[in-house]
Amino acid sequence: MGDPSPAPHPTGTLPEGRVLRDEQVPARAPWSARLDAGQLMSIVDLGGNQAVDFLAYCLPDTTERYSASETMAAQGNIFLSTGSVLRSCEGRAMMTVIADECGRHDTIGGACSKESNTLRYGHHTKHQHACVENFLTEGSRWGLGKRDLVSNVNWYMNVPVEADGTLGIVDGISRPGLTVTLRADCDVLVLVSNCPQINNPRNGFDPTPIRMVISAP
Amino acid sequence: MTRGEAVPSASATETVRAAREHARAQAGAVAEAMPTVPASRFAHPPAHVDPRQLTWAETIAGGGYASKVLARGTTLRLTDRDGDACAHLLLYNADQPWERLNPADTVKVPWQAYLGSGHPLLSDQGRVLATIISDTAGGAHDALFGGSTRSGNEARYGDGAAYGPTPAARELLRTAGAKHDLGPRDLSPSIALFKRVRIEADGSLSYLGSETTSTVVELRVELPLIVLIANAPHRLDPRENYTCTPLEVLAWRSHPTGPKDPLWSATPELERAFLNTADYVHARGLDG
Repeated sequence: MGDPSPAPHPTGTLPEGRVLRDEQVPARAPWSARLDAGQLMSIVDLGGNQAVDFLAYCLPDTTERYSASETMAAQGNIFLSTGSVLRSCEGRAMMTVIADECGRHDTIGGACSKESNTLRYGHHTKHQHACVENFLTEGSRWGLGKRDLVSNVNWYMNVPVEADGTLGIVDGISRPGLTVTLRADCDVLVLVSNCPQINNPRNGFDPTPIRMVISAP
Repeated sequence: MTRGEAVPSASATETVRAAREHARAQAGAVAEAMPTVPASRFAHPPAHVDPRQLTWAETIAGGGYASKVLARGTTLRLTDRDGDACAHLLLYNADQPWERLNPADTVKVPWQAYLGSGHPLLSDQGRVLATIISDTAGGAHDALFGGSTRSGNEARYGDGAAYGPTPAARELLRTAGAKHDLGPRDLSPSIALFKRVRIEADGSLSYLGSETTSTVVELRVELPLIVLIANAPHRLDPRENYTCTPLEVLAWRSHPTGPKDPLWSATPELERAFLNTADYVHARGLDG
């Protein structure tokens, strides 16, 4: 069966508006930004099947932060896509997915870490780079630390759950150029780790750059 | 509450001495939700447990919470006596509370979303905080969706404060954590025992709740832990009324999982998690 959807634009499909930041995040690198309420953030999967680990914090009080649990419970579904509202640990709307060319994204799988890699793959992976490293180093620029890390979003990551609860990261459903756009519903700080994992299919075993664009509608 | 026999009238508290008598007259009173201190006096220990080994015996009412610091090698037994308890759990390494329960790793590393017997409760440091060693609930638990919020309970029941009639799980855990000087940044995602949620093929959630009464879950404590427990309705419980029955907590000194235990090497992921835990215990000098 052929692919019924048209080929995405290779550098992404951006919303209308004034571009405030337009940056390419190298493979394996962290990134962060502050968004005022109403501003838009687009994530472009330039290489295809690149997991983008993501956390969000309310401003000015960052102790109110993204909650995967509250987000999934409120929408009654584990997958994120157009219309999904990212909610805080207090239930507040932080960001809303206003456009999604991929179809679904994960928020149960968490971030890879050197420590969890030793469990998942073996101690030989202890010294490989991991998303928690990125979250910690990028978060430290904003005064955030270890205690501020919670279950995150994994844009473009495919984590099906089977009937008996078996779950795992499997081959992605994204393609080069697919774009997700979110609107900030309050002032937020976002942390991104362009996932460096090379032991599972989340990045097609080959981490690639992503494009991050912030705009004002 | 069953009051003692000799409760004086209110007018008997006009002086300090009278007030002291009034207060002391409560001695021996019994409430449905309370700790037994010392725990060795708990009336109904399991047959195989020497009462002198008991370290925690407490009943938590619906809408209540409790916390305890437990030694490595403790068995922690939670009982949903009447079928409508929901135990929201947060676990911290007592030596370094920034190491804490990580629900994402707890489902991802074992390749299994549903908690049940043999499931490790993993920290963010690749170690086992506790292991589920028995479960008569047949896996009727939830690692991902359970914690209720104050604003959510206000919308659902009219109130969500810890001091109100329908407290949210997160508010109770916030208070429990504060007793250990843990603040808002330490309130990590919690897990919920005794309520089942199923994930359908399209990703949608089906709340199934609990199926029976008198269900028992036993956890083996693998590292010294701060344990926070809130007993509050599950976030997805659709019932109109705030419905939550007492949770019974019992703990006794036992043994951590060792290399000869079949659980140690049940899966390659589990074996490496136990190896990491033993490595920490050895380096930290917790193995004597």
